[in-house]
Amino acid sequence: MEGEAGDFQVALTRKPRYIHEDKCTGCAVCVEYCPALYPDQFNQEISENKAVHIYYSQAIPLVAYIDDSCLFLKENKCNICSAVCGNNAIDFSQTETGMTVRVGAILLAPGFEPFKPGRTDQYGYGRRPNVVTSMDYERLMCATGPYEGKILRDSDKTHPGNVAWIQCIGSRQVDQKLEGGNSYCSSVCCTYTQKQVILTKDHDPDTRCTVFHNDIRAFGKDFEPFYQRTENLSDVRFIKSYVSVVKEDPDTRNITLRYFTPEDGVKEEEFDMVVLSVGLNPPAGAKDLAQAFGIELNRHDFCRISPDTPMQTTRPGIYISGAFGGPADIPESVFGASAAGSKIGEFLNKRRGKLSLERTYPPEEDVSDQNPRIGVFVCHCGANIGRVVDVPSSVEFSLTLPHVVYAQEQLFSCATNCAQEIIDSIKEHRLNRVVLAACSPRTLDALFRDTVREGGLNPYYFEFANIREQCSWVHAKEQEKATRKAKELIRMSVARAAHLEPLPEFDVPIIKQAMVVGGGIAGMTCALSIAAQGHPVYLMEREKDLGGMARRIPYTLDGMDVQSHVTDLIQKIYRHPMVHVYTEAVIDETSGYVGNFVTRGRSERGPFRIEHGATVIATGAGQYQPTEYLYGENDRVMTLLELEAKLAEKDQTVCRADRLVIIQCVGCRNEQNNYCSRVCCQASVKNALALKEINPDMDIFILYRDMRTYGFSEDYYRSAREKQVRFIRYSPDQAPAVRAENNGGRLSVSVTDQLLKQEIRIEADALALAAAVVPSTQAADISQTFGVPLSPSGFFKEAHVKLRPVEFASDGLYLCGTAHYPKLIPETISHANGAAGRVLTMLSHDTVTVPGSVCEVDEKKCIGCGVCVTACTYGAVELATVKRKDKAKVFPVLCKGCGLCNMKCPTGAIQLKHFTDEQITSQIDAAV
Amino acid sequence: MCSGRIDLEFVFRAFANGVDGVFIGGCILDECNFATHGNYHALNMVLMSKKIMAYTGLNPDRLNIAFMSSGDGTAYVKAVNGFVDRIKKLGPISNDTEESDLARKLSRVRQLIPYIKMVKREKLDVQLKDEAAREDFYAADEIDEMFEHVVSYYIDPEKCRGCMICARNCPVDAIEGGKKMIHVIDQTACIKCDTCYTLCPDKFDAVQKIVSEQVPEPLPMEARAISG
Repeated sequence: MEGEAGDFQVALTRKPRYIHEDKCTGCAVCVEYCPALYPDQFNQEISENKAVHIYYSQAIPLVAYIDDSCLFLKENKCNICSAVCGNNAIDFSQTETGMTVRVGAILLAPGFEPFKPGRTDQYGYGRRPNVVTSMDYERLMCATGPYEGKILRDSDKTHPGNVAWIQCIGSRQVDQKLEGGNSYCSSVCCTYTQKQVILTKDHDPDTRCTVFHNDIRAFGKDFEPFYQRTENLSDVRFIKSYVSVVKEDPDTRNITLRYFTPEDGVKEEEFDMVVLSVGLNPPAGAKDLAQAFGIELNRHDFCRISPDTPMQTTRPGIYISGAFGGPADIPESVFGASAAGSKIGEFLNKRRGKLSLERTYPPEEDVSDQNPRIGVFVCHCGANIGRVVDVPSSVEFSLTLPHVVYAQEQLFSCATNCAQEIIDSIKEHRLNRVVLAACSPRTLDALFRDTVREGGLNPYYFEFANIREQCSWVHAKEQEKATRKAKELIRMSVARAAHLEPLPEFDVPIIKQAMVVGGGIAGMTCALSIAAQGHPVYLMEREKDLGGMARRIPYTLDGMDVQSHVTDLIQKIYRHPMVHVYTEAVIDETSGYVGNFVTRGRSERGPFRIEHGATVIATGAGQYQPTEYLYGENDRVMTLLELEAKLAEKDQTVCRADRLVIIQCVGCRNEQNNYCSRVCCQASVKNALALKEINPDMDIFILYRDMRTYGFSEDYYRSAREKQVRFIRYSPDQAPAVRAENNGGRLSVSVTDQLLKQEIRIEADALALAAAVVPSTQAADISQTFGVPLSPSGFFKEAHVKLRPVEFASDGLYLCGTAHYPKLIPETISHANGAAGRVLTMLSHDTVTVPGSVCEVDEKKCIGCGVCVTACTYGAVELATVKRKDKAKVFPVLCKGCGLCNMKCPTGAIQLKHFTDEQITSQIDAAV
Repeated sequence: MCSGRIDLEFVFRAFANGVDGVFIGGCILDECNFATHGNYHALNMVLMSKKIMAYTGLNPDRLNIAFMSSGDGTAYVKAVNGFVDRIKKLGPISNDTEESDLARKLSRVRQLIPYIKMVKREKLDVQLKDEAAREDFYAADEIDEMFEHVVSYYIDPEKCRGCMICARNCPVDAIEGGKKMIHVIDQTACIKCDTCYTLCPDKFDAVQKIVSEQVPEPLPMEARAISG
């Protein structure tokens, strides 16, 4: 790579695929005929694949490639694939090609490498057939895995009835002798193990599952109930113990493990299968990558990032997303990617849109008053359909159906030449509806609607009959019956096609400005990123000043100076001409929909009425006010935030204390707040280290349930232990007890140590409580005003916990920061930029397109019962008064076309267009 | 569209048309492609349909819902072939019960679908996360009760003043009658939504709610004029 930010030149080498991507249709006939077997890398080399293959069934693009094990590449023989490919897509003349691209910015997303245990260490992975890694196990459980979803042991291909998981393999230096082990916590293994246990029990409820763990780190959103759900399954044990491998039975190949419990001491137990929960290593080749791009790595060989810009490398213009910055799970990777996108958007904003092209279509002919003239195209899909279903006879049959005026067969309907045939036929035979009998509409529906549109018809005059997945693949061995079924499927589709209606897709203009509710780090960060990309932002803060909760945090565990960061943000906010700050703001009312909201309220500027296209909820979180452990009754008891403030002021009662106790999980991980506050373990370690810095002789005790210093924070936790901070594990049913000795005297803290099973009493000068992060007190009001949902925990509920972590289900509404769930400051910054990225995805367009397949209400039939309103999660239906009666009203722009309301409606008043009762029942009636 | 779009009518229409089995495929539970978790609604609808099938004499095993990823062809093939084998064993629906009796019962069920949606509205909305609670979520006697004590609406010819409010507002045009004519509800078209019952002016109070009793025969056409 050469050049600098804004103008990089990157030289790339493209390896040959030996397949023309534009010709390959993914039919996989070549795979079937290929004689060369080699270990399937996608399935962890447990099963075999062919030299020509598609990497995995959801691969994008869904086209094959040829591997080095190909006989033709190695020995110049075979070449069967070229012969069987119906579309001449195989090309052995391809060679490695070089190219240079010029780009303004670069995003690195190389992911991570799973930790690979060696053959020689005690687990004997690779030597002992029934010891597998969690990655192997993941594939074993999968329906597309090596044994089609059957969990089988390698040694005898039997189903294991007794499986053990060993946590922290390669992480947290739990096993000091393990070669290549890392000091950090891999963050994701506790939860993926729980998932694997649940899936194992789903496969076979009788399987006994045992998880040997260190701390259980269920710190993500919704993870705590998930952990409880796993733990409460029958025959599932969670045992906190180190584990060593005793032996492998030479006959059964079962594995005996040795472990320790406080109740029973050292025990040995035999298992049918052992799963090593491997951690996350930096991506392979991280060092080469760093060198090629001139970026720095951290001491663990992950990308070096700064806590205030976690999506940026040390080199301007180069950004990262995903686990390259350190262990990350799916939602973090998703919002981190969006955050990097937003940062790149800021950087390249001046050039936005310069390379985009507009697509033009021929004018749409109005055929709604014509009788149906249906054209049927039956696809062979190479041999996929053709060798099971008699395609020519299906074409003949089609011509006998009502309204069908034209029918033909095609080799690959999705190939460019065949699509052109469809377009030409529409014109030549004046077709006004097209039925395609081919594959599943899942991947290609959009493509063919486009084809029909190119033919001058409304795109909704298209109907798919699935004769591949739902016919030839299911009935591969019954050709005659499969042909009969294919014909029936075509008849059903033709019946439906006759009832299809042209549906308009229309554009609604977008008001190209945003409102951000909440002026903490999340709100300010999000507002700045949106403004930097050219859109005015109205920033609402209920207090007199910006800054939020961060004002109470002096610095982070990794040393970021929070106060100067906040001051800097506030300055940037006030200096930015596009950001309008409204303090002491109260929002009274908001209405509208994506692209067109109107919000009214009051602020120190007086009443306001603001029109905006997007809304971001960044209202933060609060702190639990403890009622336990003498808080509020005794001056020596304080919250962690109060301790932090006293430390910053060099308060002598704290700095000079001889003995200080911190109690974790105060007000969370309990019945009332059944979640982990995620940030408190780091905060306690941070304060313990700071106290040790001031007074190395201070006795510090941290009473915890599970220390959840995930990721690189683990190093600080170890450092605290090394500095003699004492960590004592308590159990919630034997919670610590605190007594005041006498007036003004020391506190007496007693706790039952879960390891030693013995009560310990500590005379403490000060007691700090890691008080939970709780939902903001205004969350319920905001939820009402903006019509956005809350999770059971009381934090705002995103559209999808993994895949859409910064959006609400209703379009145009976004969320970020601790309003979503407790977060560390760098995570909040990433989340806020991620929300800005999603806002920009919408605001950078001039209009939103409303698709045709949305719901519509026949007011005459509507009885105003409101069942549709309750059914719609998107808020797309509401009751409006028409002539003094309640009638359902659909906001087409919010409707996603799921049709749930249609199913609930007793009178059929609300209908999902393109899937109306009439269209579907015509299909059902044609079935028999 | 979502599996939650599958209507009770689709299922019972298919059986009335003579199919021997109905298979519904939905996304994996808790992995909704939309945000609505419509597949739970489809599941709930299926659980109730099975009990209704038993009521009509159909074997409930003829209806199946399976949850799978749209990218998982193997699971689909397995589920479909398993279902086809099951239906082959059960044979044609005529094995279950006497045909004319079945046709009559299915026709009644289909006529009452709007009513079923209304009386079971809250229950049909429940997302049954707990697998153990699914089987008996709808009890057989609950379904019997639903069909035995059906509500009907009837316009009392003595009280009707022919004001036309009910006829104008009936969502399915099931009320016959013009100005100064005694109105009559077509019981075969009525969906029992109670719109007429609610809207009939208090001073007339002509619409009556009848539970599980025979609705009186309507007056002959020539006797419907209201004098005065």
